[in-house]
Amino acid sequence: MKATCWTGRNTVEVQDVPDPSILNSRDAIVEVTSTAICGSDLHLLDGYVPSMEKGDIMGHEFMGEIVEVGPGVSDKLRVGDRVVVPFPIACGACASCHAKLYSCCENTNPNAGISEKLFGHPTAGIYGYSHLTGGFAGGQAEYARVVLADANVLKIGPELTDEQVLFLSDILPTGYMGAEMCDIQKGDVVAVWGAGPVGQFAMDSARVLGAEKVIAIDKETYRLDMAAAQGYTTINFEDTDVRSALLELTGGRGPDKCIDAVGLEATHGASHVHLYDRAKQAVRSETDRPHALRQAILSCRSGGVVSVIGVYGGLIDKFPAGAWMNRSLTLRAGQCHVHRYMKPLLDLIEQGRIDPTRVITHRLPLTEAPTGYDLFKNKKDRCEKVVLTP
Amino acid sequence: MKTDTRSTSRLRHDPLVRGLGWASALLGVPQAAAPAGFARAVGVDGTSRHRSATTLVGLRELAAATGLLGRPHPAWLWGRVGGDLMDLTMLIRALRNHDGRGRGRTVAATAAVTAITATDVYAAVTRTRRSTPMELTAATTVTRPPDEVYALWKDLKRLPDFMAHLDEVRVTGPGTSHWRASAPFGTTVEWDAETTQDDPGRLLAWRSVDGADIDNSGEVRFEPAPGGRGTEIRVTLRYDLPGGALGKAAARYFGEEPHQQLDDDLRRFKQIVEIGEVVRSEGAPGGKRARGEFPQHPARPLTEDELKEALA
Repeated sequence: MKATCWTGRNTVEVQDVPDPSILNSRDAIVEVTSTAICGSDLHLLDGYVPSMEKGDIMGHEFMGEIVEVGPGVSDKLRVGDRVVVPFPIACGACASCHAKLYSCCENTNPNAGISEKLFGHPTAGIYGYSHLTGGFAGGQAEYARVVLADANVLKIGPELTDEQVLFLSDILPTGYMGAEMCDIQKGDVVAVWGAGPVGQFAMDSARVLGAEKVIAIDKETYRLDMAAAQGYTTINFEDTDVRSALLELTGGRGPDKCIDAVGLEATHGASHVHLYDRAKQAVRSETDRPHALRQAILSCRSGGVVSVIGVYGGLIDKFPAGAWMNRSLTLRAGQCHVHRYMKPLLDLIEQGRIDPTRVITHRLPLTEAPTGYDLFKNKKDRCEKVVLTP
Repeated sequence: MKTDTRSTSRLRHDPLVRGLGWASALLGVPQAAAPAGFARAVGVDGTSRHRSATTLVGLRELAAATGLLGRPHPAWLWGRVGGDLMDLTMLIRALRNHDGRGRGRTVAATAAVTAITATDVYAAVTRTRRSTPMELTAATTVTRPPDEVYALWKDLKRLPDFMAHLDEVRVTGPGTSHWRASAPFGTTVEWDAETTQDDPGRLLAWRSVDGADIDNSGEVRFEPAPGGRGTEIRVTLRYDLPGGALGKAAARYFGEEPHQQLDDDLRRFKQIVEIGEVVRSEGAPGGKRARGEFPQHPARPLTEDELKEALA
């Protein structure tokens, strides 16, 4: 079959690889009908997430039709079912899964030993997302193996299109969780750093959850335009001082809730801090560039919530602990516990209250995945979200 | 994890170790105090280069003497072996560039150093190649009740399903069993074990009987976790690792860090208890074979041959 493979820093290739097989009794094999390139795939592409191996199949946002089930899969699933696959692999039986912390599943990462060394405790397996998260083959391919299928996939009826439900695998629940963690109250002003696809969904979710004003912060004008078209206020950090603009927009209070939808490869206007982070990264004494996170903490109103859904991989420097502690801020974070949100979000899609298709700007065949990565990474051709069709 | 190499007190009374310590002192004093004279005595002229080299060799001997007589440790013996090799190298160079005067003395010195080297190697190997008693502990919590978890562990023939190094456990009688495990460098070790304590739902303990390739014992305790969280499992393993520190370093080099092994074994046990089998990924298709986890297979489907091997 054809699959998008990581072949080294900044290169992906579509290669011929063997078809997937059943390795565990509750596996299912899915014929992928739609898959997408995610912002966090760019961290893998750029080599900022450790433990990638040449030849790894990329992709953790995918859906398709079941073509084979292992002998242990329960009756809930059958060949022919149409399913969306959440990116974290949950077992459904460990204490974390019982607590609905699916991305912290204790059983699905065969390389838990490595994950534990970096994070203190291991995290769940994730498709196509380095060997730190288990070394599972990804879904940017014609076929994919789904692990513990009956505990993971969401079955989808024929009424909705792939494009309407595909993002239930990751970016829509991720954006939603970013807003949900903010504990939004009526009248809240919510600022979102990053107007990429996850940021856009965080904004939509914040509004659904009752935010009165939503502010988008980015430097790409086309992304800000996309947010403005939804009625959100925008700040371009390249020509505006973000903190002053936020104070201006909130009568001096600062946003009640702040969402970091950027993560470890933040860029920004203030060059000296950026230079500091890049220098520390170059000598590997800092792995992430936490600029957006620092700015969110410093901008948030006292007693507010900073919610982090941007991906961080390792260690950060110059964390504003003083602001966090002295101003009674709440910091919440998490790799999305997708399973928790799939059904409620499916309902919102069916009711027309959220339209996931609005972020799609590019549709390409799987064979053109490298072009898709180039468009998305380099923000060419006003690229917001790429969907690939095998 | 506790480790203990051969104890200092035993080495302190070891005649060979003390003899080598005194030999170092006797050689080191004249070398450091009168380098020129010493150099002439071994048939090398007293140029400043030879003098300073001799002084340094003397200081090294004095350091070895202090170590071996004061705080003896096999590392000092290996240090002596390293020093001997340096001395031999220098003497062989001296022989090659010799002007002929005192060549006999240099030849004699080389022969003497060769004999000393052999003694040092013998001392270092025999004083290092002791077994290392080792104790490993690990703990995990599973979401099932103690009775159920105990019953699964009690089914000894299933232990190889999650203990990476066990090839086979065979029950040979009431309370006795035969174990076979793989060891570094492709070797296999076997032993008979007996159950020493069996408290259903709470505790299992066992130890190897006389004649085991590696003497070992262990116990696993099952306790209800607070708040109805299931069962806390605590494992303790004790064994005498052959090859001492050297064996351990070699094992670690081949990815056999014992504590990590036990942690991973328990993780796999948890998987079996909670979801019924060990999870395999394309990157780690063997699932339980810890040694096969690194280097990883790329995260892409296996070829038919790789698949056969992984599922075998």
